[in-house]
Amino acid sequence: MTWLHRYARLVCAATLLLITAGGMVTSTGSGLSVPDWPSTYGYFMFAFPLSKMVGGIFYEHGHRMIASAVGLLTIGLAVWLWRVEPRQWMKHLGVAALVAVTLQGVLGGITVLYFLPTPISVSHAGLAQVFFCLTIGLALFTSAGWRRSGALDTHEPVIRDSTLVTLATGLPALVYVQILIGATMRHTGAGLAIPDFPLAFGRLVPPQWSFAIAVHFLHRIGAVATALLILAIARHLLLHHSARRDLIRPAWALVLLVLTQIGLGGWTVLSERAPVINTAHVATGAMVLGTALVLGLRVNRHRFPDARQNEWRSHRAPRIATEPARPGAPI
Amino acid sequence: MQQRNLWTVLSLSLLVMAAAVACGGGGDSGGGAAPAATAPAAPAPAAFDPATAGNLTGMVMLDGELPAAEELMMSSDPVCVMNASNTMSSTFVGSNGHLGNVFVYVKEGLEGRSFPAASGTVVLDQQGCRYTPHVLGMRVGQTLEITNSDPTLHNIHATPTANDEFNMGQPIQGMRFEQSFDTAEVMVPFKCDVHGWMNAYIGVLDHPYFATTAEDGMFDINTLPPGDYVIEAWHEQLGTQTQNVTVTTGQTAEVSFTFSAP
Ligand code: HEM
Ligand SMILES: [Cu+2]
Repeated sequence: MTWLHRYARLVCAATLLLITAGGMVTSTGSGLSVPDWPSTYGYFMFAFPLSKMVGGIFYEHGHRMIASAVGLLTIGLAVWLWRVEPRQWMKHLGVAALVAVTLQGVLGGITVLYFLPTPISVSHAGLAQVFFCLTIGLALFTSAGWRRSGALDTHEPVIRDSTLVTLATGLPALVYVQILIGATMRHTGAGLAIPDFPLAFGRLVPPQWSFAIAVHFLHRIGAVATALLILAIARHLLLHHSARRDLIRPAWALVLLVLTQIGLGGWTVLSERAPVINTAHVATGAMVLGTALVLGLRVNRHRFPDARQNEWRSHRAPRIATEPARPGAPI
Repeated sequence: MQQRNLWTVLSLSLLVMAAAVACGGGGDSGGGAAPAATAPAAPAPAAFDPATAGNLTGMVMLDGELPAAEELMMSSDPVCVMNASNTMSSTFVGSNGHLGNVFVYVKEGLEGRSFPAASGTVVLDQQGCRYTPHVLGMRVGQTLEITNSDPTLHNIHATPTANDEFNMGQPIQGMRFEQSFDTAEVMVPFKCDVHGWMNAYIGVLDHPYFATTAEDGMFDINTLPPGDYVIEAWHEQLGTQTQNVTVTTGQTAEVSFTFSAP
């Protein structure tokens, strides 16, 4: 494992922590407990005394601190990639991550200064996941497994399996839409618009409708669709590509994660949005997306410029053109 | 070719985000739906002679048992735990079937009249990690002084609909600032997002005829021009009720309200 890859993984883990911290901010309703930005109660952010991190400020200021750390880590990653990465597109991906994290910080500031307008809050939630996906991508593309799986001939059966390519490419997109619906629900206060689970007002389909109920119900439909797609992909992989452990492993992880996620979603409703449960639901949602992305990228390995291992060669790993793909390191 | 695919996906997702942001920009035009503010420049309406005034008195009652006050959990700020002398919610206060913290005001019947501008300031203090008073009234344009008597920090976040929302921090004990409202609004909610339990309500009116009931449920609204009025009583959880009343010169009219216990 190269140090660059280790570092990329660290950025990825820090981002998941950041998303969790952000989940705690909204779940506890602390978003406006620090009225100013980028300062904190007039203090320079990093000089704000620990003893004053009370009540909602603990979450809001804590979130800003973790976000700053992730921002710094991302600068480091972009610079590192720019200096040592031979793949041109990887340099650009590093810059894209830096742009995304900067934009995200500004969006966060705007939400504070304009009292959490819904479209900005939803964008902040949505861009958080885009940034998380970028860090996942960077971690995956710097891994040894990714490099090894570059030989196209070992990848041949997957390339020819257009069903798998379609399903596995569609999954991250579907999960992302599901997350955006979840964010809309969260930021329009529709989380409890349907108060029971698994039924809706004791029935399969709600007997009455409003915007809130519709968004909430759509999120539940989306959950069923996501779960079914994941099960279909897992079944397909087991039947047709059981030797590809690098695909089977994320598929199993997805089955576990999506079931957990549905359980946490139901629990969020039944606990009337208990902050810890609610936040666990947000964090697990990000993990579903991240894992779906890893699977999708691995299935689409042949589309990447470094697929043949002829344009790019590592200064460390010897060039082995026909070595069978080994399981990549799980994220 | 393949590289193009990757970039298409990337730039598409960024585009979606950008669009979402752009849509947000036009969202908040700041109180566009506010009712027109009272125009003080209108041709001077007949000045009202206090000698012709009548008074209004009354009581707000609660039918059923007063819900036990909830204990406010202040453990997320040790300073609050140390300094709070009262840790009970102010939502339901009262005694013997009488209900306090109800805002009572003249809702209709004063249209077209103007009144001398309010003198003095109204104070909303933060002490023991709660607002005092919890329910109060003030005039349009009057100065509201917000003070922090606590050795901890608060944010003061007002969420009106007809006036401009604001959110300000008071990190240091003894801090104060002044604020006012341009438009009548019943009620403007105040909260502290640091201490989720802290809230207060201010009724902003373009006339001086309002009161908040004390724990005995009593209120007085004095020196009213004679006339027919609609009086409204507002409670943060029990909603509003209205009554019609006629005030005549030299007399004290009575009106009472009864809310049913939740
Ligand atoms: C594939 C499955 C699911 C995924 C990926 C997912 C994802 C998410 C995400 C990411 C959020 C928060 C968005 C933000 O950051 O603001 C959210 C919110 C929410 N989800 Fe899900 N979810 C799933 C299934 C479910 C299910 C089955 C339920 C059950 C009713 C549910 C209930 C909720 C609720 C109530 C909220 C809003 C919480 C609030 O008001 O704060 N979710 N979801
Ligand atoms: Cu406070």
